[in-house]
Amino acid sequence: MQSAIIVFPGSNRETDVFDALHRAAGKKPLTVWHRDSELPKVDLIVVPGGVSYGDYLRCGAMAAHSPIMREVKARAAAGTPVLGICNGFQIITEAGLLPGALLANKTLKFHCKNVNLRVETSQSIFTNRYSTGQVINVPVAHHDGNYFADKATLDRLEGEGRVAFRYCAPDGSLDDASNANGSARAIAGIFNETKTVLGLMPHPEDATHPLQGSLDGVPFFAGLVEALT
Amino acid sequence: MKARVFVTPKEGVLDPQGKAIAHALGTLGFSGVGEVRQGKVIELDLAETDQARARATLDEMCKKLLANTVIESYRVELIG
Repeated sequence: MQSAIIVFPGSNRETDVFDALHRAAGKKPLTVWHRDSELPKVDLIVVPGGVSYGDYLRCGAMAAHSPIMREVKARAAAGTPVLGICNGFQIITEAGLLPGALLANKTLKFHCKNVNLRVETSQSIFTNRYSTGQVINVPVAHHDGNYFADKATLDRLEGEGRVAFRYCAPDGSLDDASNANGSARAIAGIFNETKTVLGLMPHPEDATHPLQGSLDGVPFFAGLVEALT
Repeated sequence: MKARVFVTPKEGVLDPQGKAIAHALGTLGFSGVGEVRQGKVIELDLAETDQARARATLDEMCKKLLANTVIESYRVELIG
């Protein structure tokens, strides 16, 4: 599987996801600078976390309108899988690849900690190595992770099985304390209509090495590599 | 022509910054403050001299970049 990671000024998790993909695929991802107009043909495009363009205007707004994102949108429309993590989720949402928006955490604090996520479906290229309802432990590191969409959009996402992950308690139950950023219906990650685009605030790439304290992100990348190879 | 664009959180969208400001005003002794909503003001200097055309362009700018209409509303003001 050949993947490409899009790097913007202010991206800072590109090496984390590079390492996770490299370990899982046995092949180094390409890194593509935002000014490059050419995006090689790849099996997966990753928009990594960070603080692209200093979060000017709104998180992800500037990156979403950069020339490389036009190409990413075109590839996504043609079926190339796209993964947006953290700031990458904000960017692809601002770019219109996913519905809704990410607001400031309801606490107005930057959350940097491990959280429990409930896998809402194993029926996707991103989650096929998990079982539906499984609880995994991965880190979050964000200030604007509070997922918002209107009621009709939320109902549609749920009705179409497009919620990928929810913030939950260790036993998988949902409560306000576990949903610390205040996301609508505790949503941590969503798919597009074809489930080929996934955006999520937590960092599965930072739970793929023993030194990172959790290995719960390993199946995420292993499943992805298997599905796309 | 100068223009001002006001971008504010939409009705019904949680505004934790506004809430924090309201709380701070309360602790400073300002009573009678209800809901506070925080937005931003963007000032633009435009080459356009026709008001109608300027408004149309600004509207497009707001929809494409200046505001995220999922969560924000906007209002445009032309100044001279």
